[in-house]
Amino acid sequence: MNGGKIVKVSGPLVIASDLTEVKMYDVVKVGLPQLIGEVIGLDGNTAFIQVYEETSGVGPEEPVISTGEPLSVELGPGLIGGIYDGIQRPLTVIQQMSGNWIARGIDIPKLDRKKKWTFKAKVSKGDQVVTGDIIGTVQETELVEQKIMVPPGLAGEVTMIKSGDFSVEEVVCQLKQDGQSADIKMAQRWPVRKMRPVKEKLPPVEPLVTGQRVIDTFFPVAKGGTACIPGPFGSGKTVVQHQLAKWADAQIIVYVGCGERGNEMTDVLMEFPQLKDPRSGEPLIKRTVLIANTSNMPVSAREASVYTGITIAEYFRDMGYTVALMADSTSRWAEALREMSGRLEEMPGEEGYPAYLSMRLAEFYERAGKVKCACSEDREGSLSVVGAVSPPGGDLSDPVVQSTLRVVKVFWSLDDKLAYMRHFPAINWLSSYSLYLDNISDYLGKRISPDFLALRREAIKLLQDEASLEEIVRLVGVESLSPNDRLTLATAKSLREDFLHQMAFDPEDTYTSLQKQHLLLKLIMHFHHLAKAAVSRKLNLDEILKYKVREKIAKAKYIPENNLKIFNELLNEIENVFKAV
Amino acid sequence: MSKAKEYSTVTSIAGPLLMVEHTAGIKYDEIAEIILKNGEVRHGRVLEINQDKALIQLFEGSMGLNLADSRVRFLGKSLELGVSLDMLGRIFNGLGHPIDKGPDIIPESKLDINGLSINPCARDYPNEFIQTGISAIDGMTTLVRGQKLPIFSAAGLPHNELAAQIARQAKVLGQEEQFAVVFGAMGITFEEADYFITDFKKTGAIERAVLFMNLADDPAIERIATPRMALTCAEYLAFEKGMHVLVILTDMTNYCEALRQISAARKEIPGRRGYPGYMYTDLATIYERAGRIIGQKGSITQFPILTMPEDDKTHPIPDLTGYITEGQVILSRELHRRSIYPPIDILPSLSRLKEKGIGENKTRGDHGSVTSQIFSSYARGKEVKELAVILGEAALTETDKIYARFSDDLEATFISQKEDDERSIADTLDLCWKLLLLFPRNELKRIKDADIEKYYLKGQQFEDK
Ligand SMILES: Nc1ncnc2c1ncn2[C@@H]1O[C@H](COP(=O)(O)OP(=O)(O)OP(=O)(O)O)[C@@H](O)[C@H]1O
Ligand SMILES: [Mg+2]
Repeated sequence: MNGGKIVKVSGPLVIASDLTEVKMYDVVKVGLPQLIGEVIGLDGNTAFIQVYEETSGVGPEEPVISTGEPLSVELGPGLIGGIYDGIQRPLTVIQQMSGNWIARGIDIPKLDRKKKWTFKAKVSKGDQVVTGDIIGTVQETELVEQKIMVPPGLAGEVTMIKSGDFSVEEVVCQLKQDGQSADIKMAQRWPVRKMRPVKEKLPPVEPLVTGQRVIDTFFPVAKGGTACIPGPFGSGKTVVQHQLAKWADAQIIVYVGCGERGNEMTDVLMEFPQLKDPRSGEPLIKRTVLIANTSNMPVSAREASVYTGITIAEYFRDMGYTVALMADSTSRWAEALREMSGRLEEMPGEEGYPAYLSMRLAEFYERAGKVKCACSEDREGSLSVVGAVSPPGGDLSDPVVQSTLRVVKVFWSLDDKLAYMRHFPAINWLSSYSLYLDNISDYLGKRISPDFLALRREAIKLLQDEASLEEIVRLVGVESLSPNDRLTLATAKSLREDFLHQMAFDPEDTYTSLQKQHLLLKLIMHFHHLAKAAVSRKLNLDEILKYKVREKIAKAKYIPENNLKIFNELLNEIENVFKAV
Repeated sequence: MSKAKEYSTVTSIAGPLLMVEHTAGIKYDEIAEIILKNGEVRHGRVLEINQDKALIQLFEGSMGLNLADSRVRFLGKSLELGVSLDMLGRIFNGLGHPIDKGPDIIPESKLDINGLSINPCARDYPNEFIQTGISAIDGMTTLVRGQKLPIFSAAGLPHNELAAQIARQAKVLGQEEQFAVVFGAMGITFEEADYFITDFKKTGAIERAVLFMNLADDPAIERIATPRMALTCAEYLAFEKGMHVLVILTDMTNYCEALRQISAARKEIPGRRGYPGYMYTDLATIYERAGRIIGQKGSITQFPILTMPEDDKTHPIPDLTGYITEGQVILSRELHRRSIYPPIDILPSLSRLKEKGIGENKTRGDHGSVTSQIFSSYARGKEVKELAVILGEAALTETDKIYARFSDDLEATFISQKEDDERSIADTLDLCWKLLLLFPRNELKRIKDADIEKYYLKGQQFEDK
């Protein structure tokens, strides 16, 4: 440890001198209250420090001490179901210490030191292991078995291993390599700004099923893929992110609330222990890790929170799990960067953001992927990343949106006009896209139905046609359209209202399996095909649109998942109605 | 910190900023008193401290200050507000000093006006419906206790009337509890302030109100402190005295302008339209001071009012506010022109906490689906009416005509109501059904059959087309 002293305090930026031997990104303790900070710039004898807590009451000449270590997270049993601030301090423990309000200068262990976990050894004395190999497991929750892995950089022969109940600080295994011996505990540390090693990256080929129809059917994201969801305030970013956290078929969810509302985190905290995972029936909280650095918490910790989150996510990916991370909102992180950059008096780029903004965003999303895990066995894991973006005035030319679009493969474009109509999710079907369709088409064709993608293509085409037909209607009125075109409008309306519209708060509508999504789409399109044939046989379109079966189509989204055979009955009914005429 | 440090080494004054040199032991964010030659005392706060140079933000401005004769005394603490139950019924200036000729407050404790962040684990999710008696709010942008719901208004629109009506009528059904109103005025005119005071007096609410007044002719920089004063007082009443506190902050636009003024004086790199890049964070430290806490009786419900420059919702002030608050009530000049009061534009208005506050046992089981249907039908109705303007009524289909009529009726009977009209939530929802009767059943896709059977007004039927 070596000490320096404060020269200048300006909000979250503190400048210190005489911090000898300090390195970039080292964690330092600032001032008399020992606030936690991180070195973000060095110039001669001067260190620039971003402080993760309020700096009021701190001034020149107060001491600064370096811990000599970069900002790191602790990875091990105890993560699941927890809620942490941006630098992984457990908020529940902070509450025990300082009550309802977050006090400053609290330095507490990130993982519970006392709790004993039942460790089951999976290797034996004499085995050779390398980085990432699983030496044992801990059943952390009903849903998550933590695999205790050889930390990065270590390898060798197992000289000691024991099963039993241990805390995260106790040594459970020893390795010997080149005459050196190393202790392994259940918890390991990793610097947040560095990607954890993998053996190889693989192309994503499976969809991440979210149960949201406009996403899974129209603009799917792959397991290991990246997506962004920009939109003006109140357009539905957070609801979509919460829906993904609830229903996505991932084994682990890491949810980062970055500079957003306190109540939104409370919502998750209160709701997730109640909600059941549709696959296992267990409470969702048992697979979830929460990082909460709300808008009124210090700005610089906001910047750290996304890194804390993604490092935890990578750790579970390394165990071979399907992991999904939601970051709400990446704009707040970018703004934190901008604020620090401004205080450092760096040369500003677009909209005052630092020139390295796109690089940082790209590096972050690059940490997503489907991978061969670093270990001696053949283990695969995936990490999908979905980031919300909050552009000023909803303007998509915003540098954060533009830099994000350059790296992510899925764009869910939220539209305030749709939100005003309460068409939810307000994802615009004309401007959104997914670049994973080719990757996952095989999977959809084989697992769901060979006609899935064709139906999708046709449905999107109808919606595009609707947009151009509406232009015409605006100019000359609906009377001028041919029956065929009017059918297009009717089907497009049905697609919007009966398929794309999905209420997150309705217990039945909130989640739709891929099978049901396919059936629902098929139902609408089947009616369309038969109606089209009927129109060409000169049947009256207005009569067709009055068929009672259309009301059943409109309600089909409420057909329970365990009774999907009703869809076949409805498909038959549609056939029969048209046969009868 | 120990004894106050005093310096007469002021080296520069620029706008609301003052620089003192050769200081020692000064801390970031501490409070300073500036003593003028004539003995007058002004207040300031340390914005930046660089070695022996302290940069001070002057709350009361720099008029009359000079370099040679001004002395600066550092108080070694942040700006504080002395709080006590005796504050109820009293009026203070923007820095928390009494201006109603009443006695000084003997504080029970002194609180740092910056407050601390509520731990998200300690928050209780707001879900108690507040009935304001205003249909457009109760039905469409439902308010719950502990919510922060701003009014986005514009110059000349009746936001004060609306805020006063809400303050008058707001109640949680079936509960008689201790409530209080904390009013923070930033740069509004005497007349506007007087409107509220008179209204509070008329209803007797003044007894349970605390007012912090920074008026248009008061120092602009003082406004930076005013909302924090108000919220510190509100937190004391809510979380130490168990009261349900309604906080009205008006006009947040003036607050933001003061923020911009300081930023410009510091020569910071300006963000959008000259407002500082940290305005989001700064506003969040105000708006997030609302809510409920587990195990605590009291609550803070925030009603900030802001006027949108040029009626523009994408202006940074409304934009950043909307990104922080839990919805917004937007007033429309167009409705106001047509003499519709309250001129609430329900489509872009939003209450994010609505879902948690409505439904069976809270408002009524049909609340969600009925109002969702109103939103969607009204949106369509407005589209149709635009179409009619271009193509003429004749070009509308029969169904379209129903939509047009529906949206007219909605504005005339549902949105529009008198300033003293207090509607129960049941009345508001019944009104919705009555309006929806215009439509054939198959146009009402958002409404479930079960709700029709249960809540549909007896003896009335949808047209069967
Ligand atoms: N899928 C949905 N189903 C039902 N309601 C929705 C849905 N999506 C959004 N909403 C409604 O829209 C409101 C705003 O959504 P949300 O909070 O997600 O917006 P946001 O884009 O995150 O806004 P901000 O940027 O201000 O955080 C919600 O409170 C809810 O009422
Ligand atoms: Mg949000």
